[in-house]
Amino acid sequence: MIARSRFLARLDSPRVLGYLLIVPAALILLGLLAYPLVLGIWMSLTSATLGKPGVFVGLQNYATILADPIFRGAAAFSVFYTVCAELGKLTLGLALALILNQKFRGYRAARSLMLLPWVAPTVLSALAWLWLLDPQQSALSWLLIKMHLRSEMVDFLGHPWSARFSLIVVNIWRGLPYFAIGYLAGLQSISKDLYEAAAIDGASGWQAFRRITWPLLMPITTILVAFSSIFTLTDFQLIWTITKGGPTDATQVFTTLAYQRAISGGQLGEGAAIAISPIVFMIVLAFFVVRAVRER
Amino acid sequence: MKHPDRREFLQSSAAGIGAAALAGSFPALASAADASPFKPEKGASLQLLRWTGFVKADDIIWAENTKKFTAATGVPVTIQSLSWPDVTPKAALAAQVGSGPDLIMGWNDDPFVYPDKLVDMSDLVDHMGKTHGGYYDNARSYCFDQDVKRWVALPVGCTGNAINYRVKWMHEAGCNEFPKDLDGFLKLARGLKKNGHPTGFALGHAVGDSNSWTHWMLWAFGGKQANPDNSIAINSSETNNALDYAKQLYETMISGVSGWLDPSNNQAFLAGQIGMTMNGISIWYVAKNDFPAIFPDCANAIPPMGPVKQHTVSNNFTSAFIFKYSKFPNAAKAYLNYMLDKDQAGPWVTGMLGYVTPALKGYADLPIWTSNPNITPYRDVLNGAKYDGYNGKPGKAAAQALDEFVLVDMFADVCVNNMSPKDAMKKAEQRLATIYKRA
Repeated sequence: MIARSRFLARLDSPRVLGYLLIVPAALILLGLLAYPLVLGIWMSLTSATLGKPGVFVGLQNYATILADPIFRGAAAFSVFYTVCAELGKLTLGLALALILNQKFRGYRAARSLMLLPWVAPTVLSALAWLWLLDPQQSALSWLLIKMHLRSEMVDFLGHPWSARFSLIVVNIWRGLPYFAIGYLAGLQSISKDLYEAAAIDGASGWQAFRRITWPLLMPITTILVAFSSIFTLTDFQLIWTITKGGPTDATQVFTTLAYQRAISGGQLGEGAAIAISPIVFMIVLAFFVVRAVRER
Repeated sequence: MKHPDRREFLQSSAAGIGAAALAGSFPALASAADASPFKPEKGASLQLLRWTGFVKADDIIWAENTKKFTAATGVPVTIQSLSWPDVTPKAALAAQVGSGPDLIMGWNDDPFVYPDKLVDMSDLVDHMGKTHGGYYDNARSYCFDQDVKRWVALPVGCTGNAINYRVKWMHEAGCNEFPKDLDGFLKLARGLKKNGHPTGFALGHAVGDSNSWTHWMLWAFGGKQANPDNSIAINSSETNNALDYAKQLYETMISGVSGWLDPSNNQAFLAGQIGMTMNGISIWYVAKNDFPAIFPDCANAIPPMGPVKQHTVSNNFTSAFIFKYSKFPNAAKAYLNYMLDKDQAGPWVTGMLGYVTPALKGYADLPIWTSNPNITPYRDVLNGAKYDGYNGKPGKAAAQALDEFVLVDMFADVCVNNMSPKDAMKKAEQRLATIYKRA
């Protein structure tokens, strides 16, 4: 009885109870996040192949991939893809949120419909886009021809740059609702009093946006950009479904190249090194996220 | 090659208890299984992972034959079918984690990526070869691992590739019959293009379709990826000639082939947008069933010969392999022996209209091959067929080069990116050197 009451008394201590409460979450994080990450890093330092653990080779895999022009191309395109897609999603997402923040007829339905690209399974939307971008069957090309803007079908995926920009557009389409809904929440948390005060002081709409809206949306912008960048930098399904890294490796990114080398080719060590390499970018992004959250 | 939406389904054959009862009801089936030198372990059950989706009859007849096996032996078999490009990664994961299906029907060099994980199939290969007239050379290339020096897979056959064309359009292009050589082939392609019926050969990262025609083209001119000692041999005058020819052929192609994936040529051909392509018989099979308006005009031919004066078809080879982690390797061998025996494989190949050309020579006399002149070319696709990585050592390096589309990209660099053949060969040579070194 005494032992039981001592135990309960200890639970009253915020230090003990606090640690106890975070144990389940910590175990999940360790098991599902930390362990695979550490295993991946370890594997990238070995000569592991499918079915064989390999031996420790230090940084040899990293030296190999850095000397590989296909990896350098994939790294460059990964960053380009992420930067372009984020800029597109941020700009269009903010514009969409500003529109949806107005109360117009059917605004609730519009807000729900906006989420469709985000909630649809990625592979299904990728297949739909594959159809839309098809060099022979594309409905987009058909529309352009009907509108007399083109005389023949557009070869969206047949050339390196057209394929790259097509993928960026698809990624923007898919990620737009994430930004729009985030910004919409941010806009609704801004007090109307600020705008009324600005109006009394004679501020124009643009000035109100620049001096009130945008500064107050900065914290949410940081979080949205950081999280979305991580998703975009590690995008696999859209690219693999639509181009499989082609034509001529023009649309390879970290993930597709890692998959090709590690799973199809069986070079687990090298594939792990490719998969781990974007971690540098992710650490930088994570730093901004943590800082933004703290500032909030 | 048709690449349908991922379609994964489980088909369970009769349960063991019912199967035992069934075996009693069908003594003929039971005795056929008794005659097999491979005896299933007591209480065995099997999981098979295989590709699917090309022709409907394949899945149906394979499942029926599996039920017959279960009835004869009491061994239940669960069939997991995946879209064909998904089998390779799934098999690789099974090899890595040491758990999964007992046996897998995979593609090309799959078994060479993890030969240590696979059961020795030499006894079954020997038995099947002796009872069915021996194997085509491709069987050894794709199933006998030269590093571990044993058969790591049982050759099943190939989904062969032939040229598919429209007869009327060929006549309009000035050809009375399908050309036998590459000069005539280019002339036909130009005639088709001139009449508004361009050709279409995939140059994107289409696993089946891009690899098939580019390999055929390379080999037709005598080009080789590697030498028998695995030194790189791609940079040669023969490869240069193949690339020059491909560039001319590319000018007859429909716009967009460099972005094509595996379904693209099927769609374009069946929609009447192209007059000629290269594919398995599935394209003709689909036309027969679903496109009656164009089917009578669709024909197939063995790809023409190049300067090497012999057929150099590139096929998608399929083999079956058993993982060492399986508790029932003998049951798996008994199953494969049963499924590829003539009583089962004959109706299977016939029902598919020859979609799979068996690796055993004894199946070349099946009546289906001569039942229609458009099926006959697929009977012959394994005659003189080469293997990916030719003329190097089949194995991991060749598998990786294929996975990374090195040859496809070399052709695409010349045709689409306007790179000179010399630069494209040099680039491919460097990539191959890296791959062969790390493998």
